[in-house]
Order: sequence, then structure tokens, then C-alpha cells
Amino acid sequence: MIEIAHVSKTYADTVVVRDVSLRIPRGGVTSIIGPNGAGKSTLLSLVSRLLPMTAGTVTVDGLDVTQTPSDILAKRLSILRQENRVTSRLTVRDLVEFGRYPYSKGRLTAEDRAHAARAIGFLGLEALADRYLDELSGGQRQRAYVAMVLCQDTDYALFDEPLNNLDMKHAVGMMKLLRRAADDLGKTVVLVLHDINFASCYSDTIIAMRDGAVLHHGTPQEIMTRDVIRDIYDMDVEIQDVRGYRISSYYI
Amino acid sequence: MKRLLLATFAILALALISLLIGASSVSLSSLLLFREEQGTAQVLLASRLPRTLALILAGSSLAVAGMIMQLLTQNRYVEPTTAGTAESASLGLLAVTLLAPDVPVIGKMLVAAAFALAGTALFLRILKLVPLRSPLIVPLVGIVLGGIIGAVANFFAYRFNLMQSLNAWTNGDFSSVLRGRYELLWVGFALMILAYLAADRLTLAGMGRDFTTNLGLKYRRIVAFGLVVVSMVTATIVVSVGMMYFLGLIVPNVVSLLVGDSTRRALPWVAMMGAGLVLVCDIVGRVVYYPYEIPIGTIMGIVGSALFLILLFKGRGRFA
Ligand SMILES: Nc1ncnc2c1ncn2[C@@H]1O[C@H](COP(=O)(O)OP(=O)(O)OP(=O)(O)O)[C@@H](O)[C@H]1O
Ligand SMILES: [Mg+2]
Repeated sequence: MIEIAHVSKTYADTVVVRDVSLRIPRGGVTSIIGPNGAGKSTLLSLVSRLLPMTAGTVTVDGLDVTQTPSDILAKRLSILRQENRVTSRLTVRDLVEFGRYPYSKGRLTAEDRAHAARAIGFLGLEALADRYLDELSGGQRQRAYVAMVLCQDTDYALFDEPLNNLDMKHAVGMMKLLRRAADDLGKTVVLVLHDINFASCYSDTIIAMRDGAVLHHGTPQEIMTRDVIRDIYDMDVEIQDVRGYRISSYYI
Repeated sequence: MKRLLLATFAILALALISLLIGASSVSLSSLLLFREEQGTAQVLLASRLPRTLALILAGSSLAVAGMIMQLLTQNRYVEPTTAGTAESASLGLLAVTLLAPDVPVIGKMLVAAAFALAGTALFLRILKLVPLRSPLIVPLVGIVLGGIIGAVANFFAYRFNLMQSLNAWTNGDFSSVLRGRYELLWVGFALMILAYLAADRLTLAGMGRDFTTNLGLKYRRIVAFGLVVVSMVTATIVVSVGMMYFLGLIVPNVVSLLVGDSTRRALPWVAMMGAGLVLVCDIVGRVVYYPYEIPIGTIMGIVGSALFLILLFKGRGRFA
């Protein structure tokens, strides 16, 4: 379980995460939604010790993320940030194999290589495995980063907008893959998503943030209502039931 | 692996040529048969061999230092001479020469390294404060910083009549390398091995703080390690043969194009090509004006800037 207790983050005078308390249970897919600047990425960075928090504590299976040695945490929790600019010329395989670093410390075993090959396969990157990252398209690169995080094989995996740059087929493929990671492998997957329909169809829980605070927290059925969505986004949208899922046609 | 072996042979061939040419001749047969011609062994052991070794050690370690700096700054234009590192090392050496001239050479090197470390840390600090719009701003900041530090060094060198020494430190020249005066460069070699052992960590640091942290490593610690290696290597070179420009910039960029940036794979190539380039430049400098010598710094400046322009145009999409 990820336990977030009274967490705040302040830059100079602006509070960007405001006294957030949450429990994200083990297993399942949790999506965080909310408008730009709501503090979603910041919260994910605080949970994954990429940023120091101003106040509060975060524990992962009882381990305080700011106290636990980083290399131990790296075997439990992984994160992919919203934007990743790797300037090094690494091949997809180099990158994905780095996901094994917490275990191998650079000496890859046959098992490590098998993990990497599997992750590359999951994301359909076999044909691109020996290409350099700077020779890939944006979506291909995004898939390579996700493969690296999957290769890290942690119980908890956080992805900040994993659908960035993906076409609709790969976006659906990505969501199904993450769903499978939760269902078949028992992973705990936490996502930041902008498409509320993806959040609705593939998550067990949705957390809605606005102005640095958690505004709503519930199942897709509870969150995907006209009132709640208006509350989060100041937008009036219709919500329909499609094959048992709640879908909003917010485009028009 | 096979290509690396071939490259090793190429370097050995260059080393052999480097041993054979020069103002007093050493013939191949005397080298191979160890025939005791008058003075040959003397020349070989006292000056020719040290010179060739110095070229290889300095070339490889300086190129590796450039590679490390490029990883740490995530910028392809950074090397010890575009980050204030080299100038700081000279200033440190000047300071210790003025204030404590009796310190043994290893001590002088350490003082120079400490200055280099401080100067490079200052450079990184400034980078954090300056909003960076283009990757080219980074080396410009470094060159300006280096210029200021260099001016301070010049001022004191001028006042205390040490201009000649300062010139020797800032312009690479291997013509005065003798046995007993280049051995410090082995420190650079040892540091290179150390960097190779930390290859994966350096690659990770090159991917940025967040990747490094996510994989359970302390980014600051890797940066500190890299900076110490770079500063020490720079100091050994400034102290023993004088700085060479462009080398740390060109070689890692060429290698990056050839084999990518995985440090484990790239570092042996960087070391090899660094040694090769310096050997070639030195040989050219020794033969074009025979029996006079053109200092390697000059040759390196010409060859380096030409190569750099080619790289800049070829990799325009990637670099800018
Ligand atoms: N380094 C910083 N200094 C000051 N303010 C910052 C900093 N980083 C982020 N912020 C502010 O914090 C707020 C939350 O940012 P955050 O990136 O967490 O938003 P987000 O919910 O992920 O938005 P998006 O959907 O656009 O990704 C924003 O208002 C942003 O301007
Ligand atoms: Mg965000």
C-alpha cells in the first residue's frame, strides 16, 4: 500500500500540493486526473522521492520514501516522468536493460536479459531494439521508456501520462498492458491520465485533483458523472453508458 | 570487439612510428634487435619512449575526461577547456608555484586539481542559475568563465614573471618530455580505469537526475565522482605536458556517432581514439618542418577545429 499522509509541496510562496492524504491499495490500477497545473506530476514526484516534500510523509509498504535507501526503494517502486529528454545515444535495448540496474548493478545475468527481452516484446519494440533512441519517433521512444520501467519489475509502478505521443492503437494497447500487469502479475499501477475515458475504462480507482488538492476519489462509476466532472474541469459534458463503461463525449 | 582489436593495432603502429622519428634517428632494426648502437638505447629510454607513452596517456585520459563532462552536463560541447576546468587548474598551479614553490610535483598537481574542481563546480552552479535556451549557451558560459579565470592567472603570471610557465601549462607540448617528467600521467590512466569501472553509473548520470534516482542511485555522488576524475586528469595534463584544446570535444563526439553513448562500450573507443589523434598530431608536428617541431597544441587546434566543423554540420539535427 502507498500511504500518503498530509503531504504538501511549496515553491517560494505558491502551494502546488496542499495537504494531500491518500491510500493507494496494493494491486489494481489507480488513475489520477485533473486539469493542467493541478499538481498531479508533482504528487507523483513526491511519492517517488524525485522531489523533496515540504511537509508530510509517504510510505510504500511501510517504507518511508525519504528515509529508505534509494537502492532498496528502486526494487519496490518505479516511476516514469511526463517528459523525458535523454540526450545520450543509447539503443532501445541499452535503455531497457538499465531497468535491471537495481538488481544487476550493471552485471546483467541471463535472467536480466530475459526480463529486458520480455519488456521489449510487451511493447512491440523487437524490430527497433538496436536502434538509437534519437532515431525513433516520439511514440516509439515513449514505448521504450515504458519498457524500461516494466523491466524494473517493481511492485509499484507510477507512470505520468504514459499515453503521451501514442496513436490510438498503441494507446489502447498500453492501457491493456498496464491492466494486465495489475491483473496477471499483481502489480500496483498508478497513472496520470488526461483522457477521462481511458481512466474510466481501465482503472479500479480514480483520483481527481485540482489546485493541489484531492477533490474526488472513487470508482469510475462514482467519478464519471456529470456533476463530478463539472466540478473538476468546469465543463459540462454528457456521460453515456457504452457496453457497461461510462464514456464521456467531451470533444464537441 | 574485433574492431577494437584492430584499433589497438593501429595505435601500436602509430606508437612505433612515434618512437622512430625525431631529431636524432632511431632505426627500426636497432629497435627490434636491441643492437647497442651508440646512444640509441639512451635516446630511446630517456626521451623517445617517455614521449610516446606521455602522448598515449595524455591523449586517452583527456578524451575520457571530455566524455565524462559531456555526460555530466548532458551537453555535447563541454570539455575541460570549455568549462573553466583547464584554466582553473593553471591558476591553481600558478598559485602553488608562487606561494609554495618547494612542494613536490604531486602536491602541485593536487592543488591544481583542487582548483580545477572548484572552477568546474562553479561552472555547474552557474549553469543551474542561467536559463538555457540552446545547448550552445552551455560551452559559451564555460568559455567566458574560463576567460575570466585565465585573465586572473595571466595578471599574476605577468606580475611575477611566470608568463613562460603559464604558456607551457596552457599549450600542450611534448618535445620536452623526458623520463622522470611525465610519470604523473599514469595517475590519469588509473583514473580512466576507475571511470571504466563506474561506466554504467556514468551512463545513467548522462540520462539525468530522475532516471538515476529512479534506479536507486545518488545522482550527486556520481557527479562528484565524475568531477573529481575530470579535475585530476586535467591537472595531471596541465602539470606535465600542457593543455590540449578540442581533443576532449572531438573524440567523444566521433565515438558517439560510431558506437553510441553507452559508456561501457564507448569508453575504450574514446581512450583509443584520443591516444590515436594525439599521436598523429604529434607525428605530423614533428615531420612537416623537420628537423624543427611544431607544438602539438597548434596542430591540434587546426585538426580539431576542422573536425569540429565537420561534426557540427554533419550532426546539425542532433547537436543544435
Ligand atoms: N519548479 C517549480 N517552481 C514553481 N512552480 C512549479 C514548479 N514546478 C511546477 N510548478 C507549479 O506547480 C503546479 C503543479 O504542477 P504539476 O506539474 O504537478 O501539474 P500537473 O497536474 O502535472 O499538470 P499537467 O497536466 O499540465 O501535467 C503548476 O501550477 C506549476 O506551475
Ligand atoms: Mg503533469
